[in-house]
Amino acid sequence: MTLSLEHVRKVVGGDTHLYDLSLSVEPGSFNVLLGLTGAGKTSVMRLMAGLDRPSSGRIVMNGRDVTRVPVRKRNVAMVYQEFINYPAFTCFDNIASPLKLARLGRQEIRERVHREAERLHIEHLLERMPGELSGGQQQRLAMARALVRDADLLLMDEPLVNLDYKLREELREEMREIFRERDAIVVYATTDPMEALTLGGNTAVLHEGELIQYGATPYVYHHPASVAVTQVFSDPPMNLFEARVDDGLVRVGDNEPVERPAHFAQLAPGRYRVGVRPSHVTVAPRTDADLVVRGDVDIAEITGSETFIHMRRGEAEWVVQASGAHPFELGQTLSVHVDPRHLFAFDDDGRLMASPTRRRVDA
Amino acid sequence: MSERRSTATPPAAGRRRLKSSGASRVRYIWLGLYLLFLMLPLYWLVKMSFQPTPEILSSFRLWPADFTLEHYATIFTDPTWYWPFLNSIIYVAMNTVISLAVALPAAYAFSRYSFLGDKHLFFWLLTNRMAPPAVFLLPFFQLYKTVGLFDTHIAVALAHTLFNVPLAVWILEGFMSGVPREVDETAYIDGYSWPRFFTLIFLPLIKAGVGVTAFFCFMFSWVELLLASQLTSTNAKPIVAAMTRTQTATGIDWGLLAAIGVLTVVPGALVIWFVRKNIAKGFALGRV
Repeated sequence: MTLSLEHVRKVVGGDTHLYDLSLSVEPGSFNVLLGLTGAGKTSVMRLMAGLDRPSSGRIVMNGRDVTRVPVRKRNVAMVYQEFINYPAFTCFDNIASPLKLARLGRQEIRERVHREAERLHIEHLLERMPGELSGGQQQRLAMARALVRDADLLLMDEPLVNLDYKLREELREEMREIFRERDAIVVYATTDPMEALTLGGNTAVLHEGELIQYGATPYVYHHPASVAVTQVFSDPPMNLFEARVDDGLVRVGDNEPVERPAHFAQLAPGRYRVGVRPSHVTVAPRTDADLVVRGDVDIAEITGSETFIHMRRGEAEWVVQASGAHPFELGQTLSVHVDPRHLFAFDDDGRLMASPTRRRVDA
Repeated sequence: MSERRSTATPPAAGRRRLKSSGASRVRYIWLGLYLLFLMLPLYWLVKMSFQPTPEILSSFRLWPADFTLEHYATIFTDPTWYWPFLNSIIYVAMNTVISLAVALPAAYAFSRYSFLGDKHLFFWLLTNRMAPPAVFLLPFFQLYKTVGLFDTHIAVALAHTLFNVPLAVWILEGFMSGVPREVDETAYIDGYSWPRFFTLIFLPLIKAGVGVTAFFCFMFSWVELLLASQLTSTNAKPIVAAMTRTQTATGIDWGLLAAIGVLTVVPGALVIWFVRKNIAKGFALGRV
């Protein structure tokens, strides 16, 4: 089972939701659609499911053009962000309903429903009505119903967003196990870069109705193709600033120039946009070759074990993700340190020119 | 909030409590009087239905001196009295079924799809209700005469749908829009056809709305007098029209009239009892 969208566009009442999008996903693969709210994730999913038709372009499943095939005739399953179940049926009948429609035997339906309920830890709730379940259980029920039929395509539209933190972590862990055993194509939409990284597989980054990068999740994370990707696939977004690279030096704004790191060796001298992830900016010095930036603290948010420091230097705004709780005064002057080996470089059009060498940086 | 204020100023709170208990007594008296005036005519009707007509005319009493069931006996044994009741029930039931059958798909379309002129059409439907039934009487009369529908149950039922379908669409649309569209889509993805989805999954979700709608269709059709009496003569004569027969050469049979009145109130009261919870839901949606 392969699925490809070919030059798909979606225009609704004069608003373009998707611009000329082409995407081909492998059989049995796990794919994350990553994008901010309104990036077009749900539009893509609805086209894949057959709930909407593209304004132009084709959708091909297994070499067959399914652009005009209605949703009932496609073998897909979908889980929504809201907990969607059939409130008039018991949990058992909820899970069994796609199987009953597929006219399976009574015995087989019972076995499959129980197997799926067990996998999602809701087997003790099968006799209850969906309205009596908690939010997490309701979403498990919706997932069981989607998983129980062997759909070719499994679509999950931010399934964990409406759950509380603890349940989200728990279900995310389990999901990796559940998907590992399937040969269906799974497409999973999320706004959360952490979720994409945890789930692995491939990631398609969507930004304002355009597909801006598609590839293996770790690769996309470490080699963001453009500035736009860094803004979506990093939380908080990557710090970006103007820099000049020449004769062995990198000059970031009016800070002290630093020696050019090894992975910048191929860069032609000139102006670049240089980026660094907030987690790679530290308050304490790292090496002698550090880029040191001085700025004024705008605000410091302490979130338990981490502190997000928002810092201003001239026009440029910096976000520093420091581990540990650090109280900072508003307006306090602060020096932060960046190891030049962590720098990304983008050209004027925002295309990636150099990214940190993995092995050394991640050590 | 009020609790915090009362702990800060205890004397004022004490005075307020005193005042409020006095105020509540006054409130109960008012409510009692209101209830009394509300129930008195009803009680009077019930009381009269158990009195012989000469007693009603000769004395003014709070309860029957000579308790009798003769009026009810007359109604339940004489076909010229019980048939009008059955006629009313038949065309009201027909009307409720037709109104719901027509309004359910229409309300679904208004709730789920956007089409050219949908909002105008929705409003136009409601404006049908704004016209008094009398406006439509002559056209209905002549048309029904021509096609041979005059003095049939379906004639009255159809005439009443003109008023009930718009109301039914309006109420049902509110309930349907309260169901997330994703439920529909999930059902289609699971492989349900529209009719199966609608009857198995969607209808149970809006059953409160269906109940409320049926109630309003029933009530309108049950109490409507003008169309029902003028579009029928003998075969489908409704109870409201038959009431006039209590006026005879010897005067009005007050006891019988009262008994018919009681029996006309009963079905409405029963229906209200069954849908009272759903009606509250309808009010919450702002559609009733």
